[in-house]
Amino acid sequence: MKADVPGKTGLGIGEVALVPVRLAMGLIDAPLRWLQRVAGISGMAAFFLMPNMLIFGIFILLPFFINFAYSMTGSTALFLSDRTFVGSEQYARLFDCRNYLDPNTCAEDTFWTAVANTGWFVIIQVTLMIVVSLVTALILNRELAARSFWRAVFFFPVLLSPVVVGLIWKWILQRQGLLNFSLYGFGFEPYTWLNDRNWAFAATVGVSIWAHMGFYTLILLAGLQAIPKDLYEAAEMDGTRPARAFWRITMPLLAPNLLVVVVLVLIKAVQIFDEVYVLTGGGPGTSTLYLTQYIYETGFAAQLRNPGLAAAASILMGVVLVVLTLLQLGLSRSSEKKGARK
Amino acid sequence: MRKTRTLLAALAVGLLTSTAALAGDVRVMWYSDGVEGEVMKDLLDRFMKENPGINVILDNVAYAVVRDQLPVQLEAGEGPDIARVTGLKALSNHWLDLRPLVADAAYWDTNFGEQADWMRPDGSNQISGFMTQITLTGGFANKTLFDQAGIAIPGPNATWDDWAKASKEVAASQQVPFPMVIDRSGHRIAGPSISYGANFMGADGKPAPLDEGAKTFLTKFVGWVEDGTMSKDVWVSAGGSTYRAGIEDFVNGQVPFYYSGSWQVPQLSTKIGTNFDWVATGSPCGPAACTGMPGGAGLVAIKYTKNPKDVAKVMDYLAREDIAKEFAERSLFLPAHKGVIEKGLDFKTDDAQAKAALDIFVKATTTSSDIAKKMPGWFWSDTVYAALVSRVGQAAAGEMKLDEAFARIDTDIAAKVKDSGR
Repeated sequence: MKADVPGKTGLGIGEVALVPVRLAMGLIDAPLRWLQRVAGISGMAAFFLMPNMLIFGIFILLPFFINFAYSMTGSTALFLSDRTFVGSEQYARLFDCRNYLDPNTCAEDTFWTAVANTGWFVIIQVTLMIVVSLVTALILNRELAARSFWRAVFFFPVLLSPVVVGLIWKWILQRQGLLNFSLYGFGFEPYTWLNDRNWAFAATVGVSIWAHMGFYTLILLAGLQAIPKDLYEAAEMDGTRPARAFWRITMPLLAPNLLVVVVLVLIKAVQIFDEVYVLTGGGPGTSTLYLTQYIYETGFAAQLRNPGLAAAASILMGVVLVVLTLLQLGLSRSSEKKGARK
Repeated sequence: MRKTRTLLAALAVGLLTSTAALAGDVRVMWYSDGVEGEVMKDLLDRFMKENPGINVILDNVAYAVVRDQLPVQLEAGEGPDIARVTGLKALSNHWLDLRPLVADAAYWDTNFGEQADWMRPDGSNQISGFMTQITLTGGFANKTLFDQAGIAIPGPNATWDDWAKASKEVAASQQVPFPMVIDRSGHRIAGPSISYGANFMGADGKPAPLDEGAKTFLTKFVGWVEDGTMSKDVWVSAGGSTYRAGIEDFVNGQVPFYYSGSWQVPQLSTKIGTNFDWVATGSPCGPAACTGMPGGAGLVAIKYTKNPKDVAKVMDYLAREDIAKEFAERSLFLPAHKGVIEKGLDFKTDDAQAKAALDIFVKATTTSSDIAKKMPGWFWSDTVYAALVSRVGQAAAGEMKLDEAFARIDTDIAAKVKDSGR
């Protein structure tokens, strides 16, 4: 504290804490200056980026290339060196189809069923997730009684492990589960929800929204709170209706957060696996079999595993994800440019 | 000084990150259906007292870990030193040959020779381990439900149709949700298929296309699921080759007839207690046989062990006649040890129903068909089971017609054979 008082001498706690930092900086100062002389300013940028790039390279790029290499090999052996090069055979097997809209005409029918299921899941779940998260964020942004409590309530499922989420909902939805118990109490006949293709699919959509919406609500809530209140006050003074204020003020200013949410929800939806695997195991039949489960079962859980086919499917899934993300970013940039021109 | 510090740091990091067993450590990967994990722990504690230099670590894991994760570990040349597994033949190239390591190889041949081929590569005389239990698939009937309905439990030569008819009458009378349930497993429906004349093995040792016998039973089975004779919960509410047991429905008195196997006896005894009376029924008959599927779990040594001599000592101890007898009697399992079987067992349970059930399963082993007996030692059996359960599951869920399912079973198996390069 003494050091904070002007005119006083001696070391305060803050100063003492800074001593090791200053010592370290002193030590690295000379080598960094030397490096800057040798590499130049642009070289220094590359130097500071290197640790991050190294981690990215080892944990993202390298596995990607290894995965790609696997997709070009055959046999059930695990090690790449024990596998035989088959070129694009695994991809050809995945695309061996008379009619892509009818999985039964494909050599790998379960792959195309998983693709179709994932497509429907993404369309329905992403739309609902964004709507539900946005509505929840709008409600939680209002002056509510016990607002902090409600925010915690909506965020709580995010803290649960996906396996726990799957088990909780399985106990609710199974034949002798809580839902049927409640229905029976009201005089309704119990129903086997998870044996019904449509209900099982709806359950996977609903459960995944319940489990993750808290996170996206939080992002949107942060965006809503960053919108200056005086904009709404000015609109109100001008007699703007609430719906118009929502479309003309809230939505445009929330767009950056919304874009982040859309990209994250989309990626997460395509990757859906754990809670569904526990809840339905992909059933009934293959009605809730999604791409990630197909890849997992083909590469790891099936009797006589086929890592090459699983790798090829995962590469295709990665390509779709990259295309979708780029498309969204492109659309967002073009709308930003249009907005700037106006 | 700096060198010493670097070396010590490297050693510390190595110790912290290493999962390999240390000298004197023997790691056993074990899963349990009932109380056998506790029995095994007790036996191994005694072993460690007799052999203070060997530290045996018993890792109790879920069956799914053994089924899904162990094969990947083995492919990578990793894994425990000993494991309890059911996929014995397909992974046999990863098992350690104990023949030069055990104290008396002839003792092993005499007492465990009958099943030795189930767990060794084709054409070898390797001693890979021993069966901790012999299992046989078979049925269980809820006697109380049958008695209350006033319907006689079908006799030993009753067919699957007889059982379906009787169970339906009981379910209707007692207002339980389903008459019958079979575990969701290809292994479980393979036995009844053989009873209907199926032979999954081709003349060349590779899988044969589905024959009329298999198709007849599978058609009957899918029909039963569709009309509600067979539980939809177990077969329809899961996908792919996911395993689902029907035991909970039987234990809760929700189904008159449950088709599973001898390994369920300890669980049924513990979970049902005196809630209701139940009996083992053996396997219902088809036109060709009244067979269950033999099988079981084996304890095998893994060839990637760093301590093969210690592993052999542990295996020798567990294979001892007195230890094998105690394990079977306390865990209520059918033993594989020839000497133990010949001298008889005194199962340690006060539950007369469990004792009677075990006797019925012992008796039922005599009616197992030759084809069923060959299945556990056949490399492709698990491949066939996986294809059966996935495609029959889809047909039962109404996703594809039976003819399509049959065609898919054949193409799935053919693709696996091609992928394996065998």
